Amino acid sequence: MSVLTLTIEGRDVAGQTGHTILQVARENGIPIPTLCHLQGLSDVGACRLCVVEVEGQRKLFPACVTTIDEGMKVTVNSERLAAHRRRIVELLFTERNHICSVCIADRNCELQDLAVAVGLTHFELPLLSPQAVVDATHERFGIDHNRCVLCTRCVRVCDEIEGAHTWDVMGRGTEARLITDLGIPWGDSNTCTSCGKCVQVCPTGALFEKGRSVAEARHRRPYLPYLVAHEGRTR
Amino acid sequence: MSKPRLATIWLDGCSGCHMSLLDMDERLLDITERVDIVYGALVDIKEFPEDVDVTLVEGAISSEDDLRKIYEVRRNTRILVSLGDCAVTSNVPGMRNQIGPAAILERAYLENVTINPQLPGPMVPRLLAMSRPVHAVVKVDVFVPGCPPSADLIHSVLDDLISGRVPVTAGVTCFG
Repeated sequence: MSVLTLTIEGRDVAGQTGHTILQVARENGIPIPTLCHLQGLSDVGACRLCVVEVEGQRKLFPACVTTIDEGMKVTVNSERLAAHRRRIVELLFTERNHICSVCIADRNCELQDLAVAVGLTHFELPLLSPQAVVDATHERFGIDHNRCVLCTRCVRVCDEIEGAHTWDVMGRGTEARLITDLGIPWGDSNTCTSCGKCVQVCPTGALFEKGRSVAEARHRRPYLPYLVAHEGRTR
Repeated sequence: MSKPRLATIWLDGCSGCHMSLLDMDERLLDITERVDIVYGALVDIKEFPEDVDVTLVEGAISSEDDLRKIYEVRRNTRILVSLGDCAVTSNVPGMRNQIGPAAILERAYLENVTINPQLPGPMVPRLLAMSRPVHAVVKVDVFVPGCPPSADLIHSVLDDLISGRVPVTAGVTCFG
């Protein structure tokens, strides 16, 4: 494995072949906003919040799934990137029904925090107000599709850490929904081990423990010991 | 120089934003010294006045009455402030948008009522098909999210506006 040198935000940094821009940036204390990324899980580039500019390239690159190159010059913060990130967060808010004031994850939500971080004070886009359901058939947990941002952290933690692969995604575009097994109620799933890892990694109030009310969710996140233990294998 | 004319209006909200405004405590004395409060839930004036410098709007636009009022407010206001999540996002009033007004009224006034169930008559403003944020209907100049926005935030927004500064709310307050 060879060492590559590059610049991020004008700083000279180094990383190993195969390392991502996000990984090298964080190792060097350069923050890049993320949502679908969770240390210890594989990266899928689902949310696009971590997009960066690479000198000489017109398109933007998701830092979490873009590996570094020798001599690469990466820009993390620019007006263009800030506008894109704000629009991405706005799209996430307007695509489902995120009512922070009555959400179980109020004040404990990565989407809510991101809105502040990117400076989102209102939505220019119309709210889609989709029909979305709550599946409360599981004995201990529930899923509120109104709050889901399709980051797929739950899908990945269930597959990669628990080894159950109960969760997956069905449908496309705004019709995409998380499903348990082949689209049966969560409570009927015979692959779910009820470990609760999906609930812990959920960035919003979509996955929740029953018995908690508004603003009572306490995600034990993000650096669960088994995620860190797994990290070596995903790189 | 005459004092800035301040109005507040309460549309489809819970009054929590007005409560938060009152929660400024003794700073209210300072604010009321510096402005003329010309209309609002705390003022006994029936018609929205002309020539208002700043209007704080609490609540979403949910009924025909809200719609009529917000047009009147916009016509007579220089700086219109969407105060709180209902005004900014439609928030809790907007939760009915995926269900529709007919089903909501039936649930609230017929299904769940044991004594004399009946739908509201002509005295109650008709609900619009959707409950919408204020800026979906009229131009909004300042957005103050929060449910409710804190008294400190409302104070700093008012202080800025009264002093002729543009308040910056991005990055200092969250939804919810």
